Amino acid sequence: MNHLDPQRHVRGESQYLDDVPTQQGTLYAAVFESPLAHGVLRSLDFGAALAAPGVARVLTAADIPGENQIGGIVADEPLLAEGHVHFRGQPVALVLARTEAQAHAALKLIKVEIDPLPIITDPRVAAAQGEFIVPPRTFKIGDSEAAWAACMHVFEGVAENGGQEHLYIETQGAYAFPTEMGGVRMISSTQGPTAVQRHTAHVLGVGMHQVEVDVTRLGGGFGGKEDQATPWGALAALGAFITKKPVKLVLDRMADMRMTGKRHPYSSDFKIGFDADLKIVAYEVTFYQNAGAAADLSPAVMERTLFHATNAYFVPNVTATAFSCRTNLPPNTAFRGFGGPQGMFVIESALAKAAEELGLPTHELQRRNLLREGDLFSYRQAAEMCHAEQAWDTAAREFDLAGMRAEVEKFNQTNKLKKKGFAVMPICFGISFTKTPMNQTRALVHIYSDGSVGISTGAVEMGQGVNTKIAQVAARTLGISISRIKIETTNTTRVANTSPSAASATADLNGKATEMACAALRKRLLEHASTEYTLNYEGLEIHDEQVLAAGVPADTNWEKLVSSAFWKRVALTENAHYATPDLHFDPTVNQGHPFAYHVYGTALTSVTVDCLRGTYTVDALRIAHDFGQSFNEVIDRGQIEGGAVQGIGWMTMEEVAYNAEGRLLSNSLNSYKIPDIYAAPRVLDVHFLDTPGHPKAILRSKAVGEPPLMYGIGTYFALRDAVRAFQGHTALPFSAPMTPEKVLVSLYPEFVGVSEAAAVARD
Amino acid sequence: MIEFYLNDQPIRTSEAPASALLDFVRYHEQLKGTKIGCREGDCGACTVLVGELNADGQTVNYQSMTSCLTPLGNAHGKHIVTVEGINAAGSQLTPVQKAIVDEGGSQCGFCTVGFVMSLTGHSLSTQPATEKSTIAAIDGNICRCTGYKSLERAAARLTAELEQRPSENALAWLSEKQFVPGYFAEIPARLAKLKLTEATTTGAAAVTIAAAATPHANGGSVSTSSNGHAQNQNDHGHSATPPFTHPLVGGGTDLMVQRLEELREQPGVRLIFDQPGRRGIRHETTGRVVLGAATTASQLLESDLMRGLFPNLPQYLKLVSSTPIRNMGTVAGNFINGSPIGDLTILFLALGASITLLDAAGASRELALPDLYLGYKKLAKAADEQVIEISFPAPLASDFFHFEKVSKRTHLDIASVNSAAWLRVENGVIQAARVSAGGVGPVPLYLARTSAFLQGRELTPETVTAANEVMQSEISPISDVRGTSDYKRLLLRQLLWAHFLEFAPELAVDELI
Repeated sequence: MNHLDPQRHVRGESQYLDDVPTQQGTLYAAVFESPLAHGVLRSLDFGAALAAPGVARVLTAADIPGENQIGGIVADEPLLAEGHVHFRGQPVALVLARTEAQAHAALKLIKVEIDPLPIITDPRVAAAQGEFIVPPRTFKIGDSEAAWAACMHVFEGVAENGGQEHLYIETQGAYAFPTEMGGVRMISSTQGPTAVQRHTAHVLGVGMHQVEVDVTRLGGGFGGKEDQATPWGALAALGAFITKKPVKLVLDRMADMRMTGKRHPYSSDFKIGFDADLKIVAYEVTFYQNAGAAADLSPAVMERTLFHATNAYFVPNVTATAFSCRTNLPPNTAFRGFGGPQGMFVIESALAKAAEELGLPTHELQRRNLLREGDLFSYRQAAEMCHAEQAWDTAAREFDLAGMRAEVEKFNQTNKLKKKGFAVMPICFGISFTKTPMNQTRALVHIYSDGSVGISTGAVEMGQGVNTKIAQVAARTLGISISRIKIETTNTTRVANTSPSAASATADLNGKATEMACAALRKRLLEHASTEYTLNYEGLEIHDEQVLAAGVPADTNWEKLVSSAFWKRVALTENAHYATPDLHFDPTVNQGHPFAYHVYGTALTSVTVDCLRGTYTVDALRIAHDFGQSFNEVIDRGQIEGGAVQGIGWMTMEEVAYNAEGRLLSNSLNSYKIPDIYAAPRVLDVHFLDTPGHPKAILRSKAVGEPPLMYGIGTYFALRDAVRAFQGHTALPFSAPMTPEKVLVSLYPEFVGVSEAAAVARD
Repeated sequence: MIEFYLNDQPIRTSEAPASALLDFVRYHEQLKGTKIGCREGDCGACTVLVGELNADGQTVNYQSMTSCLTPLGNAHGKHIVTVEGINAAGSQLTPVQKAIVDEGGSQCGFCTVGFVMSLTGHSLSTQPATEKSTIAAIDGNICRCTGYKSLERAAARLTAELEQRPSENALAWLSEKQFVPGYFAEIPARLAKLKLTEATTTGAAAVTIAAAATPHANGGSVSTSSNGHAQNQNDHGHSATPPFTHPLVGGGTDLMVQRLEELREQPGVRLIFDQPGRRGIRHETTGRVVLGAATTASQLLESDLMRGLFPNLPQYLKLVSSTPIRNMGTVAGNFINGSPIGDLTILFLALGASITLLDAAGASRELALPDLYLGYKKLAKAADEQVIEISFPAPLASDFFHFEKVSKRTHLDIASVNSAAWLRVENGVIQAARVSAGGVGPVPLYLARTSAFLQGRELTPETVTAANEVMQSEISPISDVRGTSDYKRLLLRQLLWAHFLEFAPELAVDELI
């Protein structure tokens, strides 16, 4: 079974936001951004812009009829700057003009006066000044402080990870239309239609029912359109609401990169202790999250870092503390993994540090400490149906861990200017929104009188194949061909109060709701069949569109049954509500059962470093992954392969760089590099682990969106391994990404520049 | 008036010649299959095919190009193909489309059409399809869902199918197999007719050569760079870039990046990509190799002469931008762009290249390439002068030549540092040397002192070490987004070693470890 959308994708017929035919009278919007990262907004002069050709309006905070506030978790983010500016690229005003070119030309005519204030870009500096988005959180189990005395070995260190630009190839945008009811209808490229709706209603000062948000599909999201699609939707809506004309706002690439937040960089301190058997006894970690200038999703991202601070390992004594630090950068946001990768990177650094000091391969420490059935996480949920050891051992066996390791050593003995490196990366990732109330959704299923089926859910299709999976669930539950099923756009008037498509949970939540709705319809139809055709209800089923009674074809099929039910006034529509059962979490004590289940897996990575040039290739990434009972291997394999390579990008070439003034230096595709086809590992094997899946996973097929990203972390440690094979004495900091620059400088630490004189920092 | 075929439709338009083909296709013709990703040739979402009638008048040569950087005027006389122009009737898929669907090579789908067009262009190529060449055809396409392994599987399937493609009358086979619709067979005749009409009329806007060029502010004609958007390297943002007046636009791969609006509004823009007599590579009896200024990087690669002289040329050019950009960017454009890390500039500096400049009055002069560069983006060239030819002495078979480049991403990236070296060695003694380096100064550097130092010295590790000392005093790298100055110094030392180890692998590496 293939993903359904690609049939249209390859023909260029899939419609994305900018492909929607424009209505006559449409005004094009362009955003005037703060040119400074921090300051007091003294004045804004847009007189010349208003007089420019084609310009219809220039909107500022003063034009907002409702409340100038779009903060999701914390109300700390104005839609348009008011009084202060807090980051470079912060929206200050909105120009509306007859053409896109005119709108952009007018931006250059706006003058702004800002009294500069000190700029912070470093989270530790922010922390030292008490600049926190929310109070710090600590997850604690056992007593790590008391445990150090019992440790045979204790290691400490610092780990740093960089940000990551989402770089969805389709940039952010929205197209809003005024409605006759005095509200707006809009098409938005968002993962969270309800968030766009709620904040827009708030900004416009109208009820949520006056704002309709519709999403067909996204050209990539990866978390970047979870909360951060909201400003563009709300701005377009504001324009349409005020001018009573359609308003289209699409960010160009560089504006998108400047104005939107990214994956959070973290700077972290770790301390890890082992007993004589090299079992981890205690782990303490402090995370300094670079949140940017407003909360956005940072508190939730920070929380997931704490949930995943011990990755796939059992640690009896854990103290994990996280600070969400306010800096003058665009608010950082969700990105595939949502803080989990950052947490895992630190404990993997701690293990690598310990192994290096002990003179052992890291994988010996890792294997010894994997989670087992019933082990408690720091948040007191137990590892149930735990496949951590199974994943590791299967990967080791299927891909010959010992052989891979030996091959690396042999290569390194015979090669001087090329070195190979090897690393193992186990993962354990919890599935569910950690904010329990978000784990709910609805599916609205219509069976039309001709037997065709239309399904609306809260799921947004962004390449993850969720629509295909939902269609499969419906086809399977109803017993009909998938060709009868259409998945409708995601629309707030059909399915209300939805959670964003995020947390890897979209297929589970919306699939379950669809399954419930379809099961109810099936039941109703079969009850009708039993009456209409005097059949025994027990043993009735629909299979391949044929009604079977105790396995024998009855005198009716899907089309006839539906038609007959319609004429007998049987309801052919069902709206089902699904809320993941048994979830609870108390954030005041940081304990509970926040996850429906965990996903496990293990990846083996081998790399080759060119020690002359500092360049490298990922030779092989071999993954044993816990899919449960996959019902769409093409889609699931695509998620694993794509997620892993995206993770490799984060750990290698993707380097988000700001200067001290908070200006983004990696501001376009020529200065921010993501993997191309040659950067993908030469070999990428995915082994489907034989696991039963989980009853809370849709058709026991486990969530696949985020977990694979973290396999990419293995590449960092494999590169480190190779560098150490060349230059054993290097005191290598734990600092990702491992760019070719960092590799070369690590290989030749003694090299000192001949002249610093010309080294003028330019930007 | 710009005239061309867009899919099966004739187009006559008076839109600005320096506007982007992408905008014309999407917003003028409402063909929305071609997507906008970056507008700088770095993602490939807007890839289209550009077909040019071959000299035989019977066949068309199709190349993939990023329509965001293709000046509309460069479409003149050509066949532009978007996805709408290859889609089969109904919902039938072409073999390229089917391979991608079947192998799960499309996730969010936004980049997909670009891959489809690049692979379709590859199917239309006259070169045999190999595993490598099929992958190379999509080296300019970025997929952020990072589904490259499934795309590799789709490419492998396609390669296997293309093995059946006959070398004669390939188009008929491709049409029969539904790679392209039947109307492709009529395109050569239509283009020939277009050419004929053009020859009988005057003022074909796209290729006008104005006799009186107007001075322009940055003191040089502006053209295109083969590594794209090099203006951003070591640059300070657009505010520092002087406004241009009456610019010359070649392939568009530099000027169309980020300055599109400016260029579109600019009167007097001259398109020189298709200017007659500006292509072709020949070996003269004087021993010099002469290239037309508008020779593209791809044409270097296709030249038997160049490949004969430089057997590793494919390996070098694989590091230079991507297939669609190499199809557009010209050698002279790379020189005139003046980027400190222009890959082709660095390569030709070590070859000892000169350029021939022609002024408005018709007078020409020759200039050694190193002498073109006066300072950051400052050229020793009068405003009305245009590069018409590039020449260099053909190396002897026994000479050594090598090009090195390191960037954050190995392919489709701008160098942190690049370098080229030419050596003539006899009996273990360096008779002559030319070393160049980019990314280590305000201009692409010909390392004159390092080169002179090497001359007459023995080929030993000590010589390399000592040459590095000289070289380090000859460069002045700055810290920027492509690396710190210390890194660039270290890297150039390493690349110098790389040249020598390539030439003489027996040189001890202990010096380095």
